[in-house]
Amino acid sequence: MDAFLAQNIDAYYLRIMIFIGINIILALGLNLITGVTGQLSMGHAGFMSIGAYTSAILSLQFGSPFFVAILGGALVAAFFGFLIGIPTLRLDGDYLAMVTIGFAEIIRVFFLNFEPGGKAVGLSGIPQHTTFVTVWIIVIVVIILNRQLLYSRVGRSLYAIRENEIAAESCGINTTRMKVLAFTVGSLLGGLGGGLYAHYMYYINPQDFGFMKSIEILNMVVLGGMGSIPGTIVGVVILTLAPEVLRIVAQYRLLFYGALLVILMIFRPNGLLGDVRIYDLKKRWGKKGEKTWSS
Amino acid sequence: MVILEMEKISQEFGGLRAVDGVNLQINEKEIFGVIGPNGAGKTTLFNIITGIYIPIEGNLIFKGQKINRKAPCDIARLGIGRTFQNIRLFNKLSVLDNVRVGCHGVTRSGFWSGMLGLSGNRKEEKLIRERSMELLAMVGLADKLDEYADNLSYGEQRRLEIARALALEPALLLLDEPGAGMNPLEKEELMGLIYQIRDERQLTIILVEHDMNLVMNICERIAVLNYGRKIAEGTPNEVKNNEKVIQSYLGVGA
Repeated sequence: MDAFLAQNIDAYYLRIMIFIGINIILALGLNLITGVTGQLSMGHAGFMSIGAYTSAILSLQFGSPFFVAILGGALVAAFFGFLIGIPTLRLDGDYLAMVTIGFAEIIRVFFLNFEPGGKAVGLSGIPQHTTFVTVWIIVIVVIILNRQLLYSRVGRSLYAIRENEIAAESCGINTTRMKVLAFTVGSLLGGLGGGLYAHYMYYINPQDFGFMKSIEILNMVVLGGMGSIPGTIVGVVILTLAPEVLRIVAQYRLLFYGALLVILMIFRPNGLLGDVRIYDLKKRWGKKGEKTWSS
Repeated sequence: MVILEMEKISQEFGGLRAVDGVNLQINEKEIFGVIGPNGAGKTTLFNIITGIYIPIEGNLIFKGQKINRKAPCDIARLGIGRTFQNIRLFNKLSVLDNVRVGCHGVTRSGFWSGMLGLSGNRKEEKLIRERSMELLAMVGLADKLDEYADNLSYGEQRRLEIARALALEPALLLLDEPGAGMNPLEKEELMGLIYQIRDERQLTIILVEHDMNLVMNICERIAVLNYGRKIAEGTPNEVKNNEKVIQSYLGVGA
């Protein structure tokens, strides 16, 4: 399948599609934390790097099979998400954002000095196991499970925490536990994306996972629509394609990228699909709405 | 039988005694009113009962169990539901989902069973949905299922909050100014609803309210707070004619 695609599709487009897939996994993780549960995390790249390094080291040093390496990276990232979630999720809003920035920086500096990770030089020669098919199979599984989760009792309680924490608590929701859960699962997806990234790029170094990477992922979630899976996917597609499409304006690329964000946020402050529901669309077009779930 | 007992409950905010040694006993299936001027500590009392504040002194006993150190979510699960003075709905969730979230405390389905869509989860979801619809029909919001909660009118939002609190299947329901912002007709309906809830669901209701007409009509017993202290307690008639209450709250000629 991959060979067939490589023969018939331009390598450049294939590469972009793979990046879109990886970014969807990363962004869905952050969407769970920030979009759904409303906990502003600005250190998602930190979890991505934990996943990337763990899986790369598993592959290089222990010769683990690809899926073991990827899964290992995801689980280690989830474990750190859990560990960091317990003390920090008592904070909210700006304070949590600060703590997560700090945490991501700590991880970056740690890997800068981490002998088995090659210090500042990074790790190279990671086998390129991530292909179009593996990425998109994982993407589809992640989307389906994510959707199921958001429509379940636990998912609803996560939305409830975003909407009003005190009221959620009065409904019997253990908000601290739920927030830690969201943070853990979000970090798991961050680590998963990181592992896939490492096994696609051959080479990783700590600078790949800096603050700007966290912001880039956050942009995708906010742009597409907080808490909405289709929204997040749309945000990922737009922001992954934008730098490529904007190559025509050469060195003004980042300027246009910034302007695009500003304009979109002015006209769609809740994100492109943040407050769009099938119910509202049907009502608008004159048909009686069917039962749908918010977001 | 006594369902909730407060023994010398006190609470301070930066040296200010918001609640000062309040003793109260609430009987089962009673509609109990708490009244008093603004800042008398009524809502603080509610926040203490529901665990949002931990009282600095005193005991809180619900169904024979001490609850004054428990987390709010655990207290909710024991069967104390509440509404809020300044409405706290899940604004960007649908009306139906607001009530479904309310069922959280009495349902079990966890992370895995929800994510993997196991059969136990599906059965529970069906049950949650049925119960939510039933509650929404009771408060008259059955035709607004998919509306965002913040698109509802004020009176509807108050009723939605009641439905959400009832989804928890509480034994004790705390209503914090349920009639605030309602017109006389809506208040009439609210009284009917409160009676209906109590009679059909056999639960105890404590309410804070400023509308004397509503309070005097509906409550079987009333406690009056002023500056954090209980200054009177009794039937509506006793309270109405109490010298202290007239002075501090009702005013002469009320």
